[in-house]
Amino acid sequence: MGASKGQKLSGLQKQVLSLYRGFLRAARSKPCEDRCQIESIVSAEFRRNSKQVDRKNFFYIEYLLRRGKKQLDQLKSPDTMGLSSLNVSSSQKQNAKT
Amino acid sequence: MATTLIRRAMSMTSRVSSSTVAPALRLVVTRPYASEAEAEKGDAATTNMKTFQIYRWNPDNPSKPQLQDYKIDLKECGPMVLDALIKIKNEIDPSLTFRRSCREGICGSCAMNINGCNGLACLTKIESGSSETTITPLPHMFVIKDLVVDMTNFYNQYKSIEPWLKRKNPPPTAGKEIPQSKKDRAKLDGMYECILCACCSTSCPSYWWNPESYLGPAALLHANRWISDSRDEYTKERLEAINDEFKLYRCHTILNCARACPKGLNPGKQITHIKQLQLLGSA
Repeated sequence: MGASKGQKLSGLQKQVLSLYRGFLRAARSKPCEDRCQIESIVSAEFRRNSKQVDRKNFFYIEYLLRRGKKQLDQLKSPDTMGLSSLNVSSSQKQNAKT
Repeated sequence: MATTLIRRAMSMTSRVSSSTVAPALRLVVTRPYASEAEAEKGDAATTNMKTFQIYRWNPDNPSKPQLQDYKIDLKECGPMVLDALIKIKNEIDPSLTFRRSCREGICGSCAMNINGCNGLACLTKIESGSSETTITPLPHMFVIKDLVVDMTNFYNQYKSIEPWLKRKNPPPTAGKEIPQSKKDRAKLDGMYECILCACCSTSCPSYWWNPESYLGPAALLHANRWISDSRDEYTKERLEAINDEFKLYRCHTILNCARACPKGLNPGKQITHIKQLQLLGSA
């Protein structure tokens, strides 16, 4: 999804970027140590998918967006903070392996 | 085929018996059945093959979703669609993914679209007349894998109608249950049976177009279940909460819900009841 400056972004690209922004925002509400970990995992995941996923495979990109939104909701919840950040990292590591 | 086999065997035994003494006849006649059962196992013509076309999509291998054919022998399979799915998963393709639990229509896990109609796989008989059955996930739901769909929105809508007893006054006897007359209890018949399988909501065209804003038949049926409950004291608030152009009034009484419901309920009728109460309240 790396669009250069001046290039018009598609709706899907905007959604991906706003999801990424959402993750960074959510990370900000966590303690510093967790925040760095979350940010590195999230950015690695986004970069990996931007390289691997075919940009025309909308079906799959939409699926990833929905999954990301769900994980973001888990991350945002303050009650399950410790757990959810752990969950997100472990599930994303699993994804990275496959 | 089976009858001709028996007849042939019978004629053979009669030929044999004609040369033997009469008392032995009765013993010999019982034999054709035993040999017929053996013949059935060996004979390919007595099998009843049926093709199941099943929707497949795996997020780990991102390609286009497709229908995959599985041929199974109905003679070696239980009568329900879920039996066939379990047989396919056990014997042909362990990667086939679907939700199932109770296999008796009480958990609502195995809701899927079978031959174009929403229903529970465990309560739907395999059609023996046609040679093919198509199984797809619930329509207009996001697919997670194969026949498993994302129910988050559906459950959130159910949550939004606050499906629990809400009281303003303490119960008549402290620490005891709140009594209810038989007549009041009877009002809940046709609603409490709902198992939230989502067959009705996902068959509703209105829900397809507005899945976010329209609550859908299942959630509205449950809203009516709590509105009608004599013990609940928030009836007015509940009615106000769903008195919305989208939440309630996107129901255009298409009544696909009543047709789809595997438990034989009529969500459309319950929604009409809510609409009537809204009219009475505003008058």
